[in-house]
Amino acid sequence: MAEIVTTTADAPVPLRSLPMKTIKPLLREPRVVIAGGFLILLLLIAIFAPYIAPKDPLEQDLMLGNMPPVTSPGAEPGYYLGTDDLGRDVLSRVLYGSRIALTVAFVAASLSAIIGTLMGLAAGWYGGWADRIISRLVDIWMAFPPVLLSVLLVAVLGSGLHSVIAAIVIIDWTRFCRVVRAETMAQARLDYVMAAETIGFSRSHILWREILPNVAPVLIALVSLEMGIAVIVEAILSFVGLSLSSDIPTWGGMIAQGRQMIHQGWWVFVFPLIALFATVLAFNQLGNGLRKALDPVMRR
Amino acid sequence: MTQPLVAIEGLSAISTRDGGAPVLRDVSLTLEKGEVRGLVGESGAGKSTIAKALLGILPSTVKVTGGFIRFEGRDLLAMPRRELSDLMGRDITLIPQDPQTALNPARRIEAQLTDGLRLKLGMGKAAAHERALQLLDEVQIRNPERVLNAYPHELSGGMRQRILIASAFALNPKLVVADEPTTALDVTVQKEILRLIRRMQEAHGTAVIFVTHDLGVVAKICDRVTLLYAGKVIEDGATADMLTQPKHIYTSALIAAGPRYDRPNAGLEPVPEAVFRQLRAEIGIAERRV
Repeated sequence: MAEIVTTTADAPVPLRSLPMKTIKPLLREPRVVIAGGFLILLLLIAIFAPYIAPKDPLEQDLMLGNMPPVTSPGAEPGYYLGTDDLGRDVLSRVLYGSRIALTVAFVAASLSAIIGTLMGLAAGWYGGWADRIISRLVDIWMAFPPVLLSVLLVAVLGSGLHSVIAAIVIIDWTRFCRVVRAETMAQARLDYVMAAETIGFSRSHILWREILPNVAPVLIALVSLEMGIAVIVEAILSFVGLSLSSDIPTWGGMIAQGRQMIHQGWWVFVFPLIALFATVLAFNQLGNGLRKALDPVMRR
Repeated sequence: MTQPLVAIEGLSAISTRDGGAPVLRDVSLTLEKGEVRGLVGESGAGKSTIAKALLGILPSTVKVTGGFIRFEGRDLLAMPRRELSDLMGRDITLIPQDPQTALNPARRIEAQLTDGLRLKLGMGKAAAHERALQLLDEVQIRNPERVLNAYPHELSGGMRQRILIASAFALNPKLVVADEPTTALDVTVQKEILRLIRRMQEAHGTAVIFVTHDLGVVAKICDRVTLLYAGKVIEDGATADMLTQPKHIYTSALIAAGPRYDRPNAGLEPVPEAVFRQLRAEIGIAERRV
């Protein structure tokens, strides 16, 4: 994924103007509208999955195993995207799969953003020992291959939703830490920080009230990108069977299941893959769009 | 009762990053109440270091090795942190160099202009708002309500510099440190801003330390000038005397190096190497430091 380290020639647009002033340029950015719209739709699907899904995602019917989607001849009415080898409705399982995907995306991305931001602000603003310790920590962290590390972590922590989220947070806080540290250092060199110092504001006041609002636009974009990454990592862990029990529908689990029987029924494999692909793409596009829309230099 | 407002006595400092290279060498100067003093010199001459020392924001890489800065008789360098930060922003304020970055892009003008009023004078929101309107009027900003509600990126460079000036004079300080406030502006705006600073200074009876490398700016605004080279005071005197009858060869060379509007085709005369050689010999440094 693209690393966004904006060295600020001109500063990003204020966050506090969140009413119309910030929202308008966001709506002018097509990527934000399309990707954001898709993700809101997905969120609604996840919340209302029990009402939307035509079937119970866990209900097996061995008589109706491997039914093709409605467009193919021999399809079973009511099973729009076909069934898997146990006769479970693929559409319902894909819809339910969004619940796990989005839960992981929001919780894991927010937690790693909070931890990484706190560390990055401390390192970038206070410098000295804080910076040395945190930066070394990040260096050591980054030397581990991330996927291997997450598999290892889940193996140690035991499988389950909590472990998946913990694994993502433990690995990905460094991403936020690095970007926030660099951005904080760039902001700290600007004259408005010196001006605030000469007024007599305390160091921590300047950090929270003057610098953080200027780091926020970069942070928001990064959170969106991180959500995409979290969805992928969750899918990878489900795929290798380390996420959740195979009962609970997850896109990664469905892909793993569908891969084994791809010659009997491609649909079990393809539809969760499309859902995964579209979701990750939407998060990435939203992140890039937000970055562009929140940055006044690029907007002009 | 003839105590000067600011008395810098034998101030020496070194850079800890540059292997202990001196940045200030035995600098002494006094500033009377209501006086406008130019600090002139090339990059690295130490003018910004003096300004930062006055504002209590010397970077950690600069270490003072001797001397005093007395503000109304009190030693700024030995002052407890708390007392110093009370003084800063109330009695001593700053007009920063670059209006592009000196205002926080994430905060409205009103919030930034009233920071000092609310923090130092404990003004309420409504009172601070009234005072802010008054200040904007004083620096000749039309439409003050709209400007207070704006974000910095919605305003022009000259407008932002006016706001920074208003902010510096908001608490009726005794000393304003102006750190090259016109360098980042184009020439037409520059003139207006200089006039504005002069007017505000006279109206408030404030002393101003004006850091610049531009003798033309000095001639327009300063009562007295201190010329620095490599951290040492080369010449110090009334502006008119110094520009018409320079005592030091470096001063005359600098004046000669400036553009002459009465003889546009005369070309520019760089300061001759011989002058630098003499300067270095006087100060006692081996090579030219930039």
